[in-house]
Amino acid sequence: MFWTDAANFMPILLEGLRLTVIVTLGSLLLSTMLGLVWALMRVSGIGPLVWIAKCIVNVIRGIPIIVQLFYIYFVLPEFGITLTALQASIIGLGVAYSAYQSENFRAGIEAIDHGQIEAAQSLGMGWAMMMRRVIIPQAVKIVLPPYGNTMIMMLKDSSQASTITVAELAMKGQMLASSTFKNSTVFTLVALLYLVMSVPLILFVGWLERRSKK
Amino acid sequence: MSTAPVIELIDVHKHFGTNHVLRGISATISRGEVVCIIGPSGSGKSTILRCINGLEAYDGGEVRVDGIRVDRTSPTIASIRTHVSMVFQRFNLFPHRTALENVIEGPVFVKREPREQAEARGRELLARVGLADKADAKPGQLSGGQMQRVAIARALAMQPDAILFDEPTSALDPELVGEVLSVMRTLAEEGMTMAVVTHEMGFAREVADRVLFIDGGVIVEGGEAQRVLTDPQHPRTQDFLRRVLRPI
Repeated sequence: MFWTDAANFMPILLEGLRLTVIVTLGSLLLSTMLGLVWALMRVSGIGPLVWIAKCIVNVIRGIPIIVQLFYIYFVLPEFGITLTALQASIIGLGVAYSAYQSENFRAGIEAIDHGQIEAAQSLGMGWAMMMRRVIIPQAVKIVLPPYGNTMIMMLKDSSQASTITVAELAMKGQMLASSTFKNSTVFTLVALLYLVMSVPLILFVGWLERRSKK
Repeated sequence: MSTAPVIELIDVHKHFGTNHVLRGISATISRGEVVCIIGPSGSGKSTILRCINGLEAYDGGEVRVDGIRVDRTSPTIASIRTHVSMVFQRFNLFPHRTALENVIEGPVFVKREPREQAEARGRELLARVGLADKADAKPGQLSGGQMQRVAIARALAMQPDAILFDEPTSALDPELVGEVLSVMRTLAEEGMTMAVVTHEMGFAREVADRVLFIDGGVIVEGGEAQRVLTDPQHPRTQDFLRRVLRPI
């Protein structure tokens, strides 16, 4: 009974899963790039840049992700910016998570011994080259385990895209359940599909943490 | 020995907050000269070195390297830093790169030398400091003395006009001090211009041309190394040397 239902539902759920992966990867990429920008602004030592980055990060952190999604999808069109639900969800989650990414990146950069900065400067390196050649390569090691955790959280939070009509895995499940009344089968499958994606990530983070302790 | 000054300090002042750490330092270091800077902790010795390559700003007087004013906010600072290399107390090697990569980092990425040429010279330099077999080792696999010798090779790789040594042996286990000092002695004999902040009085006496004794942010006494160390004139110098040479 379960297996025949499961076989019937799976193709529909996999369509949702495809969108879940797209939303997760898209917002991961965007949040990483934006997070790096905010973090570099924060450590630039240039007053206005530091201040702007602080404001951006605090505003983003202070508003729930779901409200940010609503804002981008429902309010921006009033200002002539109309996005598809998929675009809005990637941008919304990407921007929302950029705040957490940037705090993680900043902590990693600031954990680097000051002597490294002085050694780079004494070789005649400018700020950008020092970041690229000396600081960031060392910060990556520190930043990676928390970054892996963020990836797992983003995978799960991609389900919030359903609130702005992206038919990702959670929403597909809900639609399927309400039309078939097979709640237990459908949501067990949905939960298993999320687990199948999360568990490798969780193992990966564990491996990163063990490696960084060496 | 020619006497063209590589480094000039003219009435240099420096404050850390309300703490007036350098109170009018004037000195010149000529090409080929080895000058040891000695004095009690907190006297401003390291600050002098750090002002010379712009790691620290100074707020009065003037520092010149090869005749160019050192100003850490000016674009000229990067070029000045390629002319005076620095060796740090805590080595400050890049831990994510091998010994050879540490040595060629400046030549390849700052001075834009071809990689093969920089690597060839980098290997020569590592051989010169006795570490030819450690080219591919990461700093974490090296002893303190080996790390400091890599740091000296890294400084030499910039082909600098002078090298500043900021207490290069103070973080080392006693049995590792000798290997670093012997490399420095060789450099001095080859005519490298060196400013060395150190507590190694034996090294200062044997290798330095001149010694400057700093206390309270001023040069209390300076002159020919043998003379200052064996026959100090100023009571503070006498007192300091007595305590350093016979600590018990």
